[in-house]
Amino acid sequence: MNRKQKKVFYRIIAAAALLIGAFFIPQGIFRAAVQLAAYIVIGHDILRKAFCGIINRQIFDESFLMAAATVGALLLGEFTEAVAVMLFFQMGELFEGIAVGKSRKSIAALMDIRPPHANIESEDGQLVKIDPDEVSPDSIIVVLPGERLPIDGTVTEGESSLDCSALTGESLPRDVGVGDSVLSGSVNLRGLLKVRTEKRYEDSTVARILELVENAAERKSKSESFISRFARYYTPVVCISALALAVLPPVVSIGFGDAPNWGDWIYRALSFLVISCPCALVISVPLSFFAGLGGAGSEGILIKGSNYLELLSKVKCIVFDKTGTLTKGSFSVKDVIARNISKDELLSLAAHVEYNSTHPIARSIVSACVKKPEPACIENIEELGGFGVKACIDGRTVAVGNRRLMEAIGVSCPEEVEGGTCVYVCRDGEYLGQIVLADTPKDGAAPALEKLRAMGIHDQVMLTGDNENAAQYTAKELGIRKVYARLLPEDKVTKVEELLSSMPKAQALAFVGDGINDAPVLSRADIGIAMGALGSDAAIEAADVVLMDDEPGKIAKAVAISKKCMRIVYENIVFAIGIKLLFLVLTALGLSNMWFAIFADVGVMVLAVLNAIRMLNVKNI
Amino acid sequence: MKKTYMIDVDCANCAAKMEQAANTVEGIVSASVNYMALKMSVEFAEGADVKKVMGEVLKKCRKIEPDCEIYY
Repeated sequence: MNRKQKKVFYRIIAAAALLIGAFFIPQGIFRAAVQLAAYIVIGHDILRKAFCGIINRQIFDESFLMAAATVGALLLGEFTEAVAVMLFFQMGELFEGIAVGKSRKSIAALMDIRPPHANIESEDGQLVKIDPDEVSPDSIIVVLPGERLPIDGTVTEGESSLDCSALTGESLPRDVGVGDSVLSGSVNLRGLLKVRTEKRYEDSTVARILELVENAAERKSKSESFISRFARYYTPVVCISALALAVLPPVVSIGFGDAPNWGDWIYRALSFLVISCPCALVISVPLSFFAGLGGAGSEGILIKGSNYLELLSKVKCIVFDKTGTLTKGSFSVKDVIARNISKDELLSLAAHVEYNSTHPIARSIVSACVKKPEPACIENIEELGGFGVKACIDGRTVAVGNRRLMEAIGVSCPEEVEGGTCVYVCRDGEYLGQIVLADTPKDGAAPALEKLRAMGIHDQVMLTGDNENAAQYTAKELGIRKVYARLLPEDKVTKVEELLSSMPKAQALAFVGDGINDAPVLSRADIGIAMGALGSDAAIEAADVVLMDDEPGKIAKAVAISKKCMRIVYENIVFAIGIKLLFLVLTALGLSNMWFAIFADVGVMVLAVLNAIRMLNVKNI
Repeated sequence: MKKTYMIDVDCANCAAKMEQAANTVEGIVSASVNYMALKMSVEFAEGADVKKVMGEVLKKCRKIEPDCEIYY
């Protein structure tokens, strides 16, 4: 509790004590005086605010409603009710303030990655602390052990380990040395580093994350707009009904010649005013979203707005990019099929030919070879783009490449083996065997897809630039049935558009990519999810959801969080509106009293807030 | 020019009222208040005196919501 809240807390205790004390005083002027004192202790600021509201023509303001209802109750002689309404109203407000403060604090913890300063070496060798905003690109900053890196750059001096957990969720420290590029927001664990800055602070990773988190609450979801629109009409309508309730029935009674019974009807009207307070409605839904965004953020899932949190729960079709999203993005040798030669020899031969190539497949063949190739025996290397590589090894011509290369040379060879990308090897026109390489799926990919299916997202599609064979193999392993292979980046956009047009309007399509080359698809899909995209500015810009690490399980988690959040939002909407309408009816019929009205106002609000802050805890969903 | 300020206000409804008030101040193109984050982001008109404009904003907000605070 802050100071202001403490003050309210003491006033609540004092007023409650006075109210209880009043019961021990015999009925009469003394009891009334004590009750009135309690009323003033607890309600004086509401009365003042209501007065300000009237002057500023803000009539349907909650202070005004409370003031009108309680002053009315006092005039009817219902002193206890008047104090109780004020007392519970203040308790409700206090509770709301504490709950919002608590969720605000847990979000602030997320924003704790703001670097306080940057160190610059002045001319006399002293370190000067300056605002990161003031550092221009291409200057040298000094990062001391324990400090947070303020700006993206390259290490020019020193060696250290960096704790990048705030950025990637990866708990293992990363070792860096001269020449390594480093991201702002990571913490220097050991040595002193000198870093040449490459960007301005506002373009650095840390500033971009903060901007994303801070602006998240500004994009309003449909449910939020619905509830605030509802509240805008609800209060005036109930107030006018209250007036009608106070005046019409007595007048009609007089018309029929009966007793008007003014006091009873005015009492019911005042209860209406208490129920008409929009607090529960106005706070419950945005707080649910706010807590949901905060909860997701604490799991390394940054969602750009509550509209996306809402949309995420409607996802029925999810499209994945293959490489780097579902798979590790690096090839490994899965199988070697050799003819008339040992497997190790075949691999070694291929490694010699590919030794100088930078192609990812070549690199993985070289690294799979146990014995390091001897560069001395490699001659006449010839890279044949789109086919493979040819070289002279120990005086014999060895070709390593795809089937088309074999056909071009005129070597007869068997069909490609299933399960990945096949590389053929031949020597002096004699087929020696195949090396099968595959991009292995990430460990968490299959369980994540399974979880998504369990949540009702059966329409899972994989897009890839890879060949059909490799794509089918990965898809089979992961249980994905729809696969589109050999796609160029622009084909991916067309494919996603095709899928979008074949879907019903109420459902959403999500695209998950690693942010490399797929920014256009990320922005075209209903929801673009970028994985481990902190290095890529374009992806952060284009995506609606940014996963800080590249663990596929986080996709399922994001969907689960959004589903839980929407369930709470609907619970709160139905509960708050339902209870209020119920008590309005009961009150109009004379079946309830002001105590029930207080519950319909404050009780509902407290329950809705408690329900909303459940979203802060998303560890186990 | 766009700037963001920390604010202090008690309820969601009051925050909305502050936003309305801030938008009527001269020298401000648009102002929006985020109650959950307790922030007011203000876009100033070209050549506006930021200190003076914010003083005016605070004055107007205080009038409708006496306990609010803007840290500028």
